[in-house]
Amino acid sequence: MTLAAMLKASMPHLIVAPVLLPLVTAAVMLLLGDTRRPLKAALNVLSCVAGVAIAIALVYWVQQLGGPQAVGVYLPGNWPVPYGIVLVVDRLSAMMLLLSSVLGLAGVLYASARWHKAGVHFHPLFQLQLMGLYGAFLTADLFNLFVFFEIMLTASYGLLLHGSGWARVRSGLHYIAMNLMASSMFLIGVAMLYGVTGTLNMADMAIMVPAIPEDDRGLLHAGAAILAIAFLVKAAAWPLNFWLPMAYSSASAPVSALFAIMTKLGVYAILRVWTLLFPADAGVSALFGGPVLVGLGLVTLAFGIIGVIATQHLGRTAAFCAIVSSGTLLAALGFGQPAVTGGALYYTLGSTLAVSAFFLLVELIDRTREVEEHPLYVSEVEPDDAFAYPVDLAPSRDVNLDDDEQALFGRAIPAAMAFLGLAFIACALTIAGLPPMAGFVGKVVMLSALLNPAGFGEQAPVSAAAWVLLALLVVGGLLTTIAMSRAGARYFWATHDRPTPRLRFIETLPIALLLGLVAALVWQADAVLRYANATARGLHDPKEYIGTVVSVRPVPSPHATGEGGLRR
Amino acid sequence: MELILAIAIGVLGGSGVWLVLRPRTFQVLMGLSLLSYAVNLFIFAMGSLFHDREPIVQPGLLPNLEHYTDPLPQALVLTAIVIGFATSALFLVVLLASRGLSDTDHVDGEEPRDGTGHVSIGSAAASPSGSSDEGRSS
Repeated sequence: MTLAAMLKASMPHLIVAPVLLPLVTAAVMLLLGDTRRPLKAALNVLSCVAGVAIAIALVYWVQQLGGPQAVGVYLPGNWPVPYGIVLVVDRLSAMMLLLSSVLGLAGVLYASARWHKAGVHFHPLFQLQLMGLYGAFLTADLFNLFVFFEIMLTASYGLLLHGSGWARVRSGLHYIAMNLMASSMFLIGVAMLYGVTGTLNMADMAIMVPAIPEDDRGLLHAGAAILAIAFLVKAAAWPLNFWLPMAYSSASAPVSALFAIMTKLGVYAILRVWTLLFPADAGVSALFGGPVLVGLGLVTLAFGIIGVIATQHLGRTAAFCAIVSSGTLLAALGFGQPAVTGGALYYTLGSTLAVSAFFLLVELIDRTREVEEHPLYVSEVEPDDAFAYPVDLAPSRDVNLDDDEQALFGRAIPAAMAFLGLAFIACALTIAGLPPMAGFVGKVVMLSALLNPAGFGEQAPVSAAAWVLLALLVVGGLLTTIAMSRAGARYFWATHDRPTPRLRFIETLPIALLLGLVAALVWQADAVLRYANATARGLHDPKEYIGTVVSVRPVPSPHATGEGGLRR
Repeated sequence: MELILAIAIGVLGGSGVWLVLRPRTFQVLMGLSLLSYAVNLFIFAMGSLFHDREPIVQPGLLPNLEHYTDPLPQALVLTAIVIGFATSALFLVVLLASRGLSDTDHVDGEEPRDGTGHVSIGSAAASPSGSSDEGRSS
């Protein structure tokens, strides 16, 4: 097959493409100035499509490599491994790349309807955020992880403030302050780990860890714990997540849809560093911090569930759903069992896509009440009736207008309300984890692995934490269903004589895309689960990863070998 | 020298944390700056401290840490300083925006109403639309 041959030929170099592509696109966009928005939107969509294609190629390539050696290494500076920058793609990186590129595509499609007109430099910032995400997923080096985190965060500050307004500025202030603190923790953690192990490359560090003298082990653990705080802030673990509901619900819809991946980036970083440095066979340090991770995950999950049921604001419901999903992941990963991790990775895909679609949907649903915004509505409400309407049914005052002061009306597509309703149900089912959607499959896989730690049919004690997680997942599913039904009844069944909202095709397309992928996850559950389980096995037994990364040699200089520089 | 550096880092870090926990945005910004100084010094110290050692390997000497000071933390500090400056500047911009939109420099955009002696500069009336909504439903 020529495509496969082309892929093979381009291969180690394709690893750097996800970083270069958004960077170059953003640079070109900056040169274009801030006026030519349609052109930039087209460029952005093109770049995102290319990003998805590259991510698919990388997933295909790692899958082709097969076996435990499914690790691709690229040396951008052609320096030997512990000294130079290394980019590594393995199953987990490739999966997360694909997930974030899909969210990026959905976000930019949605934004090109009208959101990109709400402020300056939306497109370059969007591309730079994608670059930070891709880089953080690909890098194999702690300090570069910090740099890519910062690129992603700086772009996200700009994106969060996109469209301006008091709510965004206030939540942005808290968000930025929190993340600057987290960045300081990140640096302290990295510096301590460097001081103890003398290296920044994660694979190299993993080799050093078992050899660390007993006196320094406390420092190593402290460094890892401080580093984990930085990741936990990103992963929205309680009590470090107070900024998230306000920030995510006040950001513009396409931005919060992309932000759904950022909590997963925190979880990814924890998973990557934790499984590399403290695998089950690391001696004294084996699975260091696992119980803490489980405990934090459980508390985060409980906090998120309470938030989902308590809030009356649909945007904040979505934000709390993101917290629920990352709490579930933290708790499940903390057990350190490959089978549970496999289920959790599958759950990541489903829940991230659904939460992202939900963020986009929230704005369209909000639009049903924006169209009825006229002075009569308020005066018609009798004083006695006033209490019957919840706070958020009152017309929102900060209706977002685009450049032309046009409020949100586009071409009506038929049955817009039906689309919204069905999409809402699909999101609700996935997030609550009810059959037949992907959330259910993920939860069942996680729970069956948790309750059979030694495999099916084997008798083994089930830990108390596993029972708590089971209870929280089941109760959380129930409460999420209640909260979603309540919201659905209020927005879709309660009749306020509201006209059908007008949706643009380009706005419904990304939602349909995301939910279609959730459905595809169920349809192809077996294949995806096999991929996820292979990923989890590779993570919990990182010898192959470490071996492959450390044994990579720089490409010899063509002058030294006497061969031409055109060797392919 | 280790002691002096440790005390310096401790004082900077402690003051930074205290300032970050203050309710005024400018104090928070100052706190973040002090914290980033503390962190930069800390990274620097992680490369071990020497007098009169260059971060360059001399010909004829063994290239181990006995003979030269580790250059990597210096490179890291340089990167961290650049990133820290950029993000602090960005925070300052948001701080000014918040100040302009809310007419107060309290981090929540509202003057505390417990009579602490601070003059409330029309916090409720002057705050733009949306803020009262947020307060009610959160």
